[in-house]
Order: sequence, then structure tokens, then C-alpha cells
Amino acid sequence: MRRLAAGLLLALTSGCALVLPGLASAALTIEITQGENSGTPVAAVPFRWVGSGDPPEDMRAIIAADLHRSGRFNLLPPTDFLSKPSEIAEVRYKDWRLIKAESLVIGRVTQKGPDEYEVSFQLLDVYRERVKVGLRFTTNAAQLRQVAHQISDRIFYEITGIPGAFDTRIAYVTMNQLDNADRVYRLMVADSDGHNPRQILETVNLPVLSPAWSPNGEWLAYVSFSDARSGANVWLQDISSGNRREVAQIEGTASAPAWSPDGKWLALTVSAKGNTDIYVLEVASGETRRLTRHPAIDTEPAWAPNGRHLVFTSDRSGRPQIYRIGRNGGEAKRLTRNGKENARASFDPTGKRLVMVTNRGSGAGYQIGVFYPASGRTDLLTDGTLDESPTFSPNGAMILYATRLGGAGVLAAVSSDGRVRQVLKMHDGEVREPAWAASR
Amino acid sequence: MGGESVETIVDIEYGRLTMRRFWTVFLVLLLGAALTGCAATKKKGGAVDVEDATIALSTDETDATASGIGSEDTTAGEIITVDQDSADMDDPLGQRVVYFDFDSSNLTLEAQRVIEAHAQYLSGNPGMAVVLEGHADERGTREYNLALGERRANAVSEIFQAMGVAPDAIRTISYGEERPVSMGQDESAWSLNRRVEILY
Repeated sequence: MRRLAAGLLLALTSGCALVLPGLASAALTIEITQGENSGTPVAAVPFRWVGSGDPPEDMRAIIAADLHRSGRFNLLPPTDFLSKPSEIAEVRYKDWRLIKAESLVIGRVTQKGPDEYEVSFQLLDVYRERVKVGLRFTTNAAQLRQVAHQISDRIFYEITGIPGAFDTRIAYVTMNQLDNADRVYRLMVADSDGHNPRQILETVNLPVLSPAWSPNGEWLAYVSFSDARSGANVWLQDISSGNRREVAQIEGTASAPAWSPDGKWLALTVSAKGNTDIYVLEVASGETRRLTRHPAIDTEPAWAPNGRHLVFTSDRSGRPQIYRIGRNGGEAKRLTRNGKENARASFDPTGKRLVMVTNRGSGAGYQIGVFYPASGRTDLLTDGTLDESPTFSPNGAMILYATRLGGAGVLAAVSSDGRVRQVLKMHDGEVREPAWAASR
Repeated sequence: MGGESVETIVDIEYGRLTMRRFWTVFLVLLLGAALTGCAATKKKGGAVDVEDATIALSTDETDATASGIGSEDTTAGEIITVDQDSADMDDPLGQRVVYFDFDSSNLTLEAQRVIEAHAQYLSGNPGMAVVLEGHADERGTREYNLALGERRANAVSEIFQAMGVAPDAIRTISYGEERPVSMGQDESAWSLNRRVEILY
């Protein structure tokens, strides 16, 4: 408590940064802006509640929202259901064949103690009339959402063959402009659906951008400023303790951190004497090595999943485009040929696709595109004019990005096939710079 | 401005000018000669930009520097030719912000005139430190814009150095698109946000 009070006091002085792990902030709400019911038809029955009063969480709602957001499932409306089973003995498969459900999700939440719940769920194959998977969890109220995400992950895996990524975390930055014109920046960590937001950093008038998760999910690297007279630098913050440090005392400014897949290196942008190039920094030693040497702007590095090469943004051809370079440097090869500008690319887990910000020109503005280096094709996923900062989910099935809605910055999620798009709307202020953790 | 005093600056600096710097200086001189009424009145350089100064100069040392500008300093007046005909609104020293085209760090003639005036003032006041704060509009990615703001600040810095401001006295900083002065989402707002603020 004393730490909190001291932190609040510090926050009143402008230009300070403070680290407050575990402090809750306004929750996000999710709004479906576009959806096609073309995926696998799934009937998710509301979980039966066995306990007093109201159930602490609506498990079915969390699971259905997860599955829908992925774009791969058509969640059938519960009003069409002919029965509401919660265990196998109650299931009449023909009820579900009639409404053309291929998979059926049933479950129940049973109160076992003051803060102890048993959650059971089963995923059933309607046409083969058999159980695909059944799980039982014992947990407390605070963990019920996480259990629901784990159930979603299991369903996703059983039906698609791809590991789910619902039980994961995201980081993002919020900005609130106060009446006195001060800008308050907060670095937040939340569940992948935007729930359970926790503030891990607050600064006043010192921008925060480009959060990047370490592969083990324990650290966030991000860009901020130590005071109004110092240029940008890259910080490393331990998520659980809140301790943070500047990664290196580099001459000039550092930004755009990107972790190597083994977590031992950070690629970053270093700007010295007005020229911006890509460097790699060994996290343990702080030693840096220069990768690019070009008078153009080289920035936004991202590692391939195999760690052997990186992509980055460069305007060496006149406008920003995506280039590829070996992890030890060498000649950079231009990847993107279509579009007036392409920037901030990052790989999916297979290394075969890149998500990036693309501008086709003619006043089209900036959208999120998925680029296939092998064929040179770009699929446009969004239709905003200032969409930016795309980040793949750890399984590559979804992309989180920043967009504008009614003049305010919000986060949105789009399935990587572009079929389903949702906005994660915060109660107030600007929300931006999402980063999806590789692990929970 | 008087050609003589400018030539003096070149003489002093020539010994360590690179060829690139030399051409920069040469172009600046050419521009200076071409512009009529480009003489700078030194009067209250900071008066117009009280707000700008308080935004960036929040540390004690810079505050001290900023208040130093507000007081009259006669030594500077000896270096910069004073043209009594030039009205206050044309005073390039009264302008602390220069603007840029989209995704560009090229300086307009007007920007050159402003930068040149500040460079002359600062080179005549060797004790003073200046912060060149580069900014971008919201279009394009945030990290790219951080680099673009750096490039813009550096474009101003190069002219400062070419005109004799000590490199140690210049600090460049970029905020990219993170600190817009206008929150609108059209060209009129964007054009105000693509800027370098000259703060001292």
C-alpha cells in the first residue's frame, strides 16, 4: 500500500514513470463488427450451474466468443437448440443433427466450497456419436475465465488440429489526455480477449510504444523515454516483479525491440548521428552488433521463427518496404514489390506468412495485410485508413491490430483469413500497440 | 543579412567542413543572398513560443536556458544585422517550428530562413544549448515515424553545425507521431504535426 501511495504521488509530477504491477484498470468490451457464419457449425450449450445464486462466470459465453473470434466456427444460436444437455447421458444426437451441428459442447459448473468449483466439459462428434474429449477442472472463481479459455483451446485443437491460443496474454498501450494537456501512457497486460487488464507501467508525457514479449512470456521489451530531453530507448521489464531497466547505454536512440526465438537476443533499431540502422543485442551481455549499414531508414526488425534471418522496414527504395537479411548481416533482399508502402512486418509461427501494414496508394490509407514471400501475394484483411501494429496470435490463427473507431484508437482482432473481425473497445482513452504473447 | 558576416563564419569553419557540409553552407548562403529582407531582428526570440518551451524544457537546466533567452543579450545583436523595416511577424527568430512535407525531411525555403536565423543567433551565443525535436504525422507506422522525426531533426542539426553551432550544443530528439499538436485527421492537422521544434 505504501508503494502504491508513493507511486500515485510520483504520478503527479510530470515526466515520471512508475511501475505498478497488479493494479486493475478499466475493462475492455468486445464488439463484433464483421462475421461470417461459414466455419464448422458448433452447438455450445450453456453450462449447467449447480450451486446457489448466480454462477460466477458464463462459461458458454466465454467459449463461444473465443471460438467465434477465430473465424473458424459457426456458433449456432442457443434458441435453436431442442434440448439443453449437460452430460452425455442427456444427449440425443438427432436433436443436433436436425440443426446441422457437427460438434456439440456441453458442460457444467458445480460449486464445491465457498470458493471452489468443479468444471466439467465434453466435446462430442454429432455424426459419429462419440466423445472427442472430456475434461474436468477444480478451480476458484478468479480462475474460471482461464479455465474457459483452456476449454476453448482444447476444442480448437480437436476440430482444427492447430493448438488453440485463447489462454494467452496480450500487452497494449493506452493513452489518456488530461484536461491540463498532460498525456498519461499506460502499458497494460490482459487476457487474449481483453479481460483482466493489469497495468504494469504508467508514464506522464513520456510516450510508450512497441511492446514485445520475450518468448517465455516473462519479460516485455518496449520503447520509452527516461525524461523529456532524452531520446527513445528500449526498456526491459520483468512482468511479475515489475522491475525494469534500460537495455543498453547506446549512443543515440534505440527502439523497435524484437526478441529472437531463443530469447537470447533483441533486434533493435539504433539511431545515431541521424541515421537509423538495425542492430542485434545480446540480452545477457548487452553487447551489440550492427546488421544494416545504409543511409536510409532501417527499422522494425522481426525474426523468422527459425532465428536464421530477420525482416525489417527500409525506405532505401524511396518508400517503406519490407526487406530480409541474415541474422549475421549481409546483403538485404527486398521482399515486397506491390503497394506504395509496406511496413512493420512480422512472421507467423510457420515462417511462411508475414503480417504487415500496407498502403496501396491513391489515398487508400493503411490496412493490415498478410504477405506470402514465396508467391509475393498480399491479402488485405482490414478496411480502415489508419490500421497499424499487427501481431499474430501464437498459433497464427488470428491477428490483433490497432485501428480507429469514431476518432479514437481501439484494438481489433481479425481471423488470419479475414473472415471475422472484432473490436475490443476500452471505456475511455486511446488503445494501441498490441503485442500477443507467445506463451501464457 | 550582411554577406560579410556570413563569409566570416565560413572562414572559421572551413577547416573542418566536409565537402557535404561545404555544399550545405554554400546553399544556405545562396539562399540567404537570394532572399530579400532576410535580416533577423534578435528581439525577444522566445516570446512567441512560451508554450513550446514549457512542453519540452521541463528539466531545471533547460528552464534556466529558456529564461536566459527572454532577457536581452546585446552581444548577439552585434552579430546579427538588424533590419528595422522587418516587422515582428516576419521575424524568423520568432518562429520556433519548421514544417515538412509528408514522409520528407527536405527543408522548404521558409524553413531554411528560420533555421538559418536561429543558427546565426546560436553560433553567436556559444554557451547556449538547443534541442531539436522532430515529429511526424500519424500516417505510417509508429517506429518508422520515430526514425522520420529523427531524420528531420538531423536535417536541421546539419545546417546548425554547418553554420557554426557547436555539435555539443545541439541535441536531437524524436517523438515520432507520439506528440501531435493537432489531433485532427486531415491534411490541415497533419501538416502542423510534421515539424521540428527548435527549443532553447
